[in-house]
Formats: sequence, C-alpha cells, structure tokens
Amino acid sequence: MDAESLLLSLELASGSGQGLSPDRRASLLTSLTLVKRDYRYNRVLFWGRILGVVADYYIAQGLSENQLAPRKTLYSLNCVEWSLLPPATEEMAAQTAVVKGRFMGDPSHEYEHTELQRVNEGDKAFEEEVVVQIKEETRLVSVIDQIDKAVAIIPRGALFKTPFGPIHINRTFEGLPLSEAKKLSSYFHFREPVELRNKTLLEKASLDPSLDFMDSLEHDIPKGSWSVQMERGNALVVLRSLLWPGLTFYHTPNTKSYGYVYVGTGEKNIDLPFML
Amino acid sequence: MGDQPPDPEYPSRQPWSRQGSQSSEPRRSRELSQPQALSEEARQMLLSEAQASQDTRSSLPRHSLRWSQGAGLPPDGNLPMMAPDARATSLEYSTGLGFPPEFQGYASEGRVSAGEHTTQLLLQQLQQGSGGFFQQFESPYQDPRANLGQFGFYPREEQFGEDTPHGPYLRDDPALPFLPSDLGFVPFHVEMPEPHARELAVQNAKAYLLQTSVGCELSLYEHLVNLLTKILNQRPEDPLSILEFLNRTTQSEWFHPKVDTLQDDPEMQPTFEMAEKQKSLFSRGGGGGEGEQEMEEEVTETVVPNIMEAAFYFQQGGVGLSADESFRIFLAMKQLAEQQPVHTCRFWGKVLGLSRSYVVAEVEFREGEEEGEEEEGEELLEGGDVLEPHGEEEAEEDEEKAADALPQPTWRPPPATPREESRTGANKYLYFVCSEPGRPWARLPHVTPAQIVQARKIRKFFTGHLDAPVLSYPPFPGNEANYLRAQIARISAATHISPLGFYQFGEEEGDEEEEGGAGRDSFEENPDFEGIPVLELVDSMANWVHHAQHILPQGRCTWVNPLQKTEEEEELGEEEEKADEGVEEVEQEVGPPLLTPLSEDAEIMHMSPWTTRLSCSLCPQYSVAIVRSNLWPGAYTYAIGKKFENIYIGWGHKYSPDNFNPALPAPAQQEYPSGPDIAEMSDPTVEEEQALKAAQEQALAATEEEEEDEEEDEDEETDD
Repeated sequence: MDAESLLLSLELASGSGQGLSPDRRASLLTSLTLVKRDYRYNRVLFWGRILGVVADYYIAQGLSENQLAPRKTLYSLNCVEWSLLPPATEEMAAQTAVVKGRFMGDPSHEYEHTELQRVNEGDKAFEEEVVVQIKEETRLVSVIDQIDKAVAIIPRGALFKTPFGPIHINRTFEGLPLSEAKKLSSYFHFREPVELRNKTLLEKASLDPSLDFMDSLEHDIPKGSWSVQMERGNALVVLRSLLWPGLTFYHTPNTKSYGYVYVGTGEKNIDLPFML
Repeated sequence: MGDQPPDPEYPSRQPWSRQGSQSSEPRRSRELSQPQALSEEARQMLLSEAQASQDTRSSLPRHSLRWSQGAGLPPDGNLPMMAPDARATSLEYSTGLGFPPEFQGYASEGRVSAGEHTTQLLLQQLQQGSGGFFQQFESPYQDPRANLGQFGFYPREEQFGEDTPHGPYLRDDPALPFLPSDLGFVPFHVEMPEPHARELAVQNAKAYLLQTSVGCELSLYEHLVNLLTKILNQRPEDPLSILEFLNRTTQSEWFHPKVDTLQDDPEMQPTFEMAEKQKSLFSRGGGGGEGEQEMEEEVTETVVPNIMEAAFYFQQGGVGLSADESFRIFLAMKQLAEQQPVHTCRFWGKVLGLSRSYVVAEVEFREGEEEGEEEEGEELLEGGDVLEPHGEEEAEEDEEKAADALPQPTWRPPPATPREESRTGANKYLYFVCSEPGRPWARLPHVTPAQIVQARKIRKFFTGHLDAPVLSYPPFPGNEANYLRAQIARISAATHISPLGFYQFGEEEGDEEEEGGAGRDSFEENPDFEGIPVLELVDSMANWVHHAQHILPQGRCTWVNPLQKTEEEEELGEEEEKADEGVEEVEQEVGPPLLTPLSEDAEIMHMSPWTTRLSCSLCPQYSVAIVRSNLWPGAYTYAIGKKFENIYIGWGHKYSPDNFNPALPAPAQQEYPSGPDIAEMSDPTVEEEQALKAAQEQALAATEEEEEDEEEDEDEETDD
C-alpha cells in the first residue's frame, strides 16, 4: 500500500483481521517519509509484516520512476530504522528452499541444515555431512521476492505503458467499475510479464498495449487460488491469496484507492490443492 | 495581463526578436533542421497575408497552411526553446481567453513545435483584432478546432496540409531531397496555389475528417472536436501525457453516455441493498419513533458485551477488524440478542472463506430454553438406530428359512460415540454465524465427536455457504456448517485462555474421584481476582490458563466407553455381544484438566506454541499484553488489569510445519476369511494318486498281517 494513503489503506485492508497498532502506524508515517527522502524513491510502499516467533519484520519497498523496475526492499524491526535488503538471486531461492518453519524474528539467526555433499579427495569420493548455515536475512529476502512475484497484484488500468518504454502510474485511473471488479481478469501481477508472450495473436488482438502489458490473474495455477469477496456491503472488493495466506488486496470500485499488504508468517501454503 | 492589442507591426517584430534570442540556443527538437534562410522570407509572406486578410473564416486556415508550408517561423530546432519566451510574451497579449497559455503549456513538453506555430499564428490573429476569430472560439469551437485538429499537435501525424497544384495534399515528392511530410511543411520554394484552390483544399480536408468511421457514426472530426472541447473545459494538468487516455474516454463517453439521474445505476444495486440492511441495524429496537425517545428511560443492561472496548484493545496489538466494522458487529449482535433468548453472548471472531466470510457469535441460551431444531436431529438419529436391529432380525429369520444362505458379514460399524449434551463439553455454547453484519444470523448445529475426529484429518477451505458439501477423504459426516462448527470447537478448546486466577473452581464441586477421573468441568469467576501485571503476563506462560476443556482424541471432552451398549443395541442377538466382548479393551482417554497453565502445552518443532508481546514497546506503562497462538494462526488474546478477551480471525486451520498428507484409502476388505473350505487346492496328480493308493494298500496289508499275527499269538496262547 502506498505510504501516502497508509491510514485509509490499513482501514480498508483490516477485513483480514491483522493490521498495525496505532504506535506502529505513527512511526511508519514518519519513517517512511524519511526513507523516501533519503533514498530518493519515487514512491514508497508499505509491503507488510512478517510475523516471527520473537519479533516481527516490517517491510517496505521503494519504487523508482519506472514502476516495473526491480524494487528495493527495506526491513525494520521497530518501524523507525530501516535497513536495505540485498536484491534476491536465484541462489538464495535455492538455498532457502530447504528451510521450513516460522521466522524467528532475529535477522542474524542462522538456520542449520545438514546436507550430504560429495567430497572428492584425491581418488576417494565419499559423502560427508555438511552443516549449511542459512541466515535468516537471506530467507527473508527470498521469501519477499517469491511473494512479490507470485501474488503482488494491481488493477487493470492503474499503470500504463508509454511508447517510449517506461511505465507510469495512470493518473487518470478512475477505478474499476463494479462489474469488472469481481473478475479475476481485471487484476494483473505486479511484475514483468511471463505468460504474456505465450498468448496467441488472436488473444492479443483484443488487448490494449498501453494497459494490458502484464499477466492477469485468470490463468494462475492452481485455479481458484484467489478468493474474491465484497466487503462493507459491496463497497469494497477484497482479494485474498490462498497460496500465500496473509496477502490481502483491496480496492474500492470506481475510486482510485487500491493496494495490497501481506501480514502473515511468510510460509507458502503448499497444501493448497488439497484444500480447495 | 496586458490586454492592449498592440499595433500590427508588433507581430512582425516579435518573431524577429524571438528569432534573435533563440538562434544561439541549442536545438533539442527531434525534427529535421531547416536552413535559416527560410525564416525571413516565410515570415514576410506570413505578415503580408496576415495584414491582408479580412475573411476571418478562411484566414486562419490560410495562415495555418502558410505556416505549414513555409517554415514561417524559425527553424524547428529552435522552437522548443521558445517556450519560456513565448509564455512570457503571451501573457502580455493574452486576451483573457487563456488560450495561448494552454498552448504554451503544450509546447513546454518540448515536442510540439506545431503548438508554437499555432500560438504565434493565433497571437497574430488576435492582435490584428480579428474579432471573427475570437467569435469562432467562443461559439461551438468548431472551426478553430477543426483547423487545429487539421494540423494537430504532432506535425508528423497529419500527412496533409500542404498545397499542391493537383490536389489538396502534397504527397511525398521523390524529387525533393527531403520528405516534406517529415518536415511537416513544404519548403518555401514550392509554389503556392491560388486562394480558391486553398479553400478547396480546406474543404477537402474537412470532408475527409467528417468521414464516419466504420461501424459507428462518429467521425474523426466530431471526435476531435469533443476531445478538444473536453480538454479545454476540464483544463487538466499536463494534458499531453494523458492524451491517449482522454482520447479513449471521449470515445467511450460518446457511446456510453452517463446514466440519467432519475434511473438507478444497475451496478450499484447490491451496494444500496446492503446499505439499506445495515441502516436497519442502526435504528433503535421496537417501540416508538424518534420523538418518543425519552431520556428518562433507564439504560438497561444488555447481554452483549462491550465489543468496542475489546476491539480497541485488540487494535493496540495490531489485531482485529476496523472500528466501524466492529461497531456494526456490535449492533448485529444486539439484534441477535433481541431475537433469540440469549443469556450471555460474545463475539467469537471471524472465519474467512472463499466467497464469503463468517462472523461468529458465541451465545449461551437462558436456562430452560429448548433448542427445537436439535431435537429433530436427534429423533432422526434414533430412528435410524432402531431400524437397524429390525433389519438384522429379519435377516436372521431369512437365514433360517433359506437352506443355503450367503454368509453374513461379521463386520459391524463401530458404535458411534454419543454426542455431548448441550451446555457441556464441546457443546457448551451455541454459535451463530452471519456473513456480514446486517444479514440474518444462522445457528450452527451441535458438534458430534465423529465430526471432530474427521475434522482433524482433513484440511479444507470454507466457501462461505453453510450448506456447501465438504468433499474430502476421509468423508466428512456433514456439510460446511458442521465442519465450521467442528473447527470452532477445536479452536475454542485450544486457544481460549485467561489470566491465572480469573477463573476458579467452584467450592461446591465434588471430589475428582467421584466423577471417575473426568475432572471438573465447570468454573466460575473469581471475585477476588486482582489482575496480574502486564509485564508478568508477557514474561511467563504460567500466568495463563486454558479455560476451555480439552477435546480428547475421541472427539469429546468427557470420555465415554464406546463399548457400553445402549438399550436399543442390547436387543440384538446375543451372538454379537459375545463376539465383541473381550476383543477390545478401550483405555480411558485422559486429557489435561481444566485450568492448566499454558506452560504445559506441547511445543511445535522446538517452538513455543504461544507468542507474547507487549502491545507497545515504547510505552510499557500503558501497554496491553497480547498473546498470539502459533498453533492456530489467527487466535489472539489480550489482557490488561482485570480485563481480557479472546478472538479468532483467520482461515480456520491449524498450523502444521509439515505438509498435509491426506489419508490413504483403506485397504481392500476381505470378503471371506480364508480357510480350507474355500481355499483352492490343486488336484493331486496321477503319480500322487497311485502313490497314495499304494500306500493305502500297504497299510491295509500291514494291518492284516498284524491281525493274523495276533490271531496266531492268541492261538498259540490258547494252545498252551
């Protein structure tokens, strides 16, 4: 959610039950403004909160002018001091895939994972148990990246692509109409498109290249991994992800307010196919 | 704003001055550069035309054409730099129309040389006091627009605009060293056609624009008129960057005009309905209208607790629904309390579902209130049980009659564990759900132990509809209402906690021994509870206790021996009884007794099942203690002083660090026990038969010899 409309956004996203306490809100409002100034971001988003056993991580993201450029991620334990996280790499993803369980809440905590590694010493080749230490910070980075790639969404028309390349916020976005707001095809993944290239020409013919340049949620696998609900007496549409429980996206139809926030344990719901 | 139209000579000086100042500045336009020599000559042409013109209607187009032909102004490269100057000068000449500044605004983008051209043209027009031009602006904005639209803001877009002898448009002449269409104008040395040909060209251009588009009645001309009207009316900031959007919306507005104010917007219908329903929540119950509201009325006690206070404290911990939602829930529960005979009620929480969510209220009926719906359910169950023994008796009779009866299956379904009585154990409270405050409340049925046992084995999302089937393996006995009730029971039993000492056992309870080790199952509030300091609550889990009974693996809170037969089952033949006895000896299941502290709870993978926090680390003096369950994500409890409350907001599933493994299907059942009667044996071969026969003969011979021997022995003995 945009840091500028933090309070309203938190109210709208409160249907999922988790939000922020007043002291956190106050500290966020001030600290995110400072982050925006110090790091020279075009826009700062409050991404969410990852619940750890001992402490919680508060995550923010900074965007540059081009909305689809890789975002910078910052974390804080107390909503006052923010530290920049390194960008996610594939190695990190592979490394942290073996870690299970909750986040501890301590960024320097190290998970121990024993692996069998083949060690070649001269002519002998034997397997040795190696204890690999994975830092929680690495895990945090890769989890945030996975969540972003999988379930960060944006309504259709909120961003538009100029012929010169950069993607801007559409200042004349008036919100989705009510009939469109309930359809999954009106929401896009807030990331570089992956499936768009695979579409046939026939499908692409009806797309508007300045608006439809991202993947829509329609073809997400598994089907049904989004829960679309109307709250507040049909005045608010809320999408909740079932793959990463805790991700809530809200949008008030016919207005400009929209956003998403993640408040959860940072664990993927692998049992999703059984649960549908 | 200086409104004095300056003398006609001024315009001639103006481009000069601008030209002079601008020539030194670097060019930043992307258009091709022009030889400087063009400017003076073209300017002269322009001036002569400007002064000579009297026909206002065609003057502008003529000018525009001239401009577009003759590079009447400084080369393109310098144009963008004219923006600041032009803006400055335009202020002096502004006629209150505000038109030039807009164009200045466009020009400031740096991409619109045409805007500049237009500006200057129009300025000149205005300065000449051509009132007709002015009028053209005021009235339907038709022609100026058309002409503006004609050459547009992007010179490249409009391919036409140059005069040629043969027709209105100069197509790209390959003889020219550069493409006129790229330039946006025709270089000065091309001949200019006669005035009447120009009029013809204008009319042709306009006719082309008025062509209606395929499939609709809108022509480009009208569309551009609408578009520019809209822009001028709304005056958006930075209209160039939103040009495409404006284009699209203007088109769509043409085809989808705004709905008449008298008609209701069909899209908003559900919103209005919901708002109506919620409005009824806000009206005070029964009685007279507002005029009869008396302040002397006693403020009666209400059974609904102070939900707003609980919501406030939860919000301190970052949990819970928004304040207005909590208030609506409070009103909805008040409505529920009026409709049902409620003794106490509590907001239990919210269970999220796929298409709708459930708002759950925990309710206790007044003493003696019958739950009518439940009795019907019980009768059905009992009827079913009665039918079974009859069926079996008939089968036995048949068996006796038939000579060769099929073997009866010896498997009997295990006896169902009886459901707990209302107001005890897992059924201590009644639960009402609604999908949103304002909608009617629905009551959830009581939970049976079988449902709890099965609910432990499956993991399904709630859809939001109470009558949806729960498709799972092992099959869940019931629909979503039962599954929801079972999950609510599990969550309550696991996560309802209170500070140590808040509840105590009543003094009138008998000893534990009398109750057969089942433990005490009731408690009452401790009037002497002093409250535990928040810091201590956060530090140690021993300061919290469960006040909900633990559910045994059997599915009940108090253990029941499944082998105890009810009276109906004893009517069965005695054969089955004897078979069952002695086969199983079920151990009594024991769970932790009531009011056990949380420190006794089992860990999840070396992690404590509870997390405690102070709500605000910056002001510990006024903080609230928040306890979060790691076993049931979404269950929270707050406590401060003598107040505490539990809530659950979540999906309704337990946390498990391992993946969910669905139960495998049971192995195929055996039809018959294998034994010699039905086991297939291979026939003996010929050799075996012969061997057997030989052996038998030998045996026979051996016995005969023995008999003979015995007879001989006897004979011998008798002889002696």
